[in-house]
Amino acid sequence: MFEEDSFEEPILDLERRIEALSDTGDDPATRNQRQRLEQELREIRERIMSDLTPWQKTLLARHAKRPYTLDYIEHMIEDFVEIHGDRKFADDPAIVAGFGDFRGRPVLVLGHQKGRDTKEKIHRNFGMPRPEGYRKAMRAMNMAEKFRRPIITFIDTPGAYPGIGAEERGQAEAIAFNLREMAKLTVPVVATVTGEGGSGGALAIGVGNRVNMLEHSVYSVISPEGCAAILWRDPSKNREAAKAMRLTAQQLVGLDIVDAVIKEVSGGAHVDAAHQAEILGDVVDEQLRTLESLNGEELTAQRHERFRQLGKFTDGALSA
Amino acid sequence: MSGRMAWFKKEKTPKQPQAERRFTVPEGLWVKCPDCKEIVYKKEVLRNTNVCTKCDYHFRIGSRERLDQLFDMGRYQEFATEVAPLDPLQFVDSKSYEKRLVDYQKRTGLKDAVITCTGTIGGHPVSMAVMEYGFMGGSMGSVVGEKVTRAAEQALKDQRALIVIACSGGARMQEGALSLMQMAKISSALAQLDVAGLPFISVLTDPTTGGVTASFAMLGDLNIAEPKALIGFAGPRVIEQTIRQKLPAGFQRSEFLVEHGMLDYIVERNKMRDKLISSLRFLMPN
Ligand SMILES: [Zn+2]
Repeated sequence: MFEEDSFEEPILDLERRIEALSDTGDDPATRNQRQRLEQELREIRERIMSDLTPWQKTLLARHAKRPYTLDYIEHMIEDFVEIHGDRKFADDPAIVAGFGDFRGRPVLVLGHQKGRDTKEKIHRNFGMPRPEGYRKAMRAMNMAEKFRRPIITFIDTPGAYPGIGAEERGQAEAIAFNLREMAKLTVPVVATVTGEGGSGGALAIGVGNRVNMLEHSVYSVISPEGCAAILWRDPSKNREAAKAMRLTAQQLVGLDIVDAVIKEVSGGAHVDAAHQAEILGDVVDEQLRTLESLNGEELTAQRHERFRQLGKFTDGALSA
Repeated sequence: MSGRMAWFKKEKTPKQPQAERRFTVPEGLWVKCPDCKEIVYKKEVLRNTNVCTKCDYHFRIGSRERLDQLFDMGRYQEFATEVAPLDPLQFVDSKSYEKRLVDYQKRTGLKDAVITCTGTIGGHPVSMAVMEYGFMGGSMGSVVGEKVTRAAEQALKDQRALIVIACSGGARMQEGALSLMQMAKISSALAQLDVAGLPFISVLTDPTTGGVTASFAMLGDLNIAEPKALIGFAGPRVIEQTIRQKLPAGFQRSEFLVEHGMLDYIVERNKMRDKLISSLRFLMPN
C-alpha cells in the first residue's frame, strides 16, 4: 500500500488502543489515560482530515463505512415509503426512490445506493445504475412534479454501469433524457454529492437548483484511475490524476459547479451518520425554504441559469 | 484531411478515448479501402463524399467537408467564431493542456472541436453545430458546450431547426468537472427548444461515445446515424474490462442501435442532405 493511501492508520491505531483500555477495568488511572487518548484521537482526526490530498478524499468518499442514501433517509426522512421500478423493464436497486416527510413537508427523495456486505454490494451493483435506475428516478421526479413536491437527491456512484445489457437498453439515452427533463422541472431540486460523484451517472440525478457536496466527497468527469489509464497510460498514476482533475468539493466551489460545501463530522461522515445527516439536513432545509418562495417558472429559470453559466472559455475580448 | 502537409504526419498524436481506428482518405492517387481491401481510385472516393465506391465504407471526414455537403449551394455563415478554450485547471499530464490546445489549433485551423453556423437546407432555416474529431478526438470541454448551447439558442431566437453532427470520444478530461457540466448545460438549452416546439435532429457519426452520447446526441426529435458508426455510452474496452468477456460482433454499431430502438434511421452520407430535407419538411413549423 502507498503511504498516501494509509492516512487513516494513526486514527485506527488510537481507536484500537482506546478499545483495548476499556477492557482493562475502570480505575482512575485507566480512566485518566483513556480521556487523554480520546483527546488525542479528536485532535489527530481534525489534523488528518483538514489536510487530505485529492486522492485521499477520493478514498474517504469511497470509504466502506461511508453513510449511503438509505442511511441519510433513515435519519432525515420520517415515514419513508420506498417506490420501485421504471414501469418499462425492471427495478434497479442501485437507485432508491421514495417519499416521506422532511422537517414538516412531504418530499421526494432518491439517490444511488451502494451495499455494505458482499451480497448487498452485488445486489446494489456497487451503486452503478443501469438505464432502469435512471428511468425510475425520472418517473419518481415527474410524480413529484405532478404533485408539486420538492425533490432531494443524494449522489454516490462510481458511474453508470458499463455492460452489454445497459448499452442495449440505452444507458446513454436514459442519462440524456434525465438531464433534459430535470431541466424542465418546476419544483425545487436540491442535489448533494455525499460520496463519489462519478461522471454522467452522477449528473443524471444532479441537475438541481442547488448542488452541494459533503466536505470529503468528490465529483469528476472520470475516475482518477480511468483518467490515469488514458492520459498517463498508467492506472497507478491515480494520485496525480486526482490532483490534476480538481475533483474536491473545495476546488469545485471555486469553479461554481458547487453551491455549498457541507461540513463533515470530525473524522469523516462515517464516524457519526446520524449527526452527519443532521448537518446535511440543516443545509438542505434552509435551501428549500429559499427555493419554496419561488414559483415554478422562476425555479426552472434559476436552474437553467445556474447550469448555463458553467464553463471557462474566452470570447474574443470577453472572458467567461 | 488529404491536404494536410507531410511534416505534420511525423507528430505523435496524443491519444484520446477512442474505440477502433477509422481511416481518413490517405495521400496518393489510389486508396486501399480498409474494409473491403479493394484498391480504389481516390478521386472517385472523394467525389463519392468520402465513401468507398466498392463497399460503402464511410471514411472519416472533417467538419468543413460535412458543411460543404449539407447546405444549399454549400453556403453557410459561421457564428461564435471567437469562442476559444482556456486551461482553467492548468492541467498537465505528459504535456500541458495549454500546449496541446495550441498544437491542435495549428493542426486543424480551428479554435476547438466544433463549428457553429446558420444556413438553409432545402430552403429550411437551420442552426448547426458540427464536431471535429481531428481536434482532440472531438472531446467536449467548455467551448464545445458553449457553442452547441449557442447553436440551440440561435435556433430558438430565429425559429430555426437545430442540427448537431456529433463525432466525439466524449468529455474532455483536461477540463475536469467543467466538461461534465456541459452535458447538463446543453441539455437544459435543448429543454427550451423542446418546449418551444422547434425541431432538433441529432446526427451521430463514427464515433459518438461517452458524455456526448449521454447528453445531446441522444436527445434529437430524430436521432440518425451514418452506417456502421460506433455509438455508445461506455467505450467497448471499458465494457470488456468490466464484464471480462468479448463483445459480440457489431455491438454498438449504428445497425445494432437501430435494432435496439435507439435510432430513427441510418443514412448513407451521399443521401444525408436529401433525408434531412425530407425530415425537416415534416418537423419545421409552418
Ligand atoms: Zn471498400
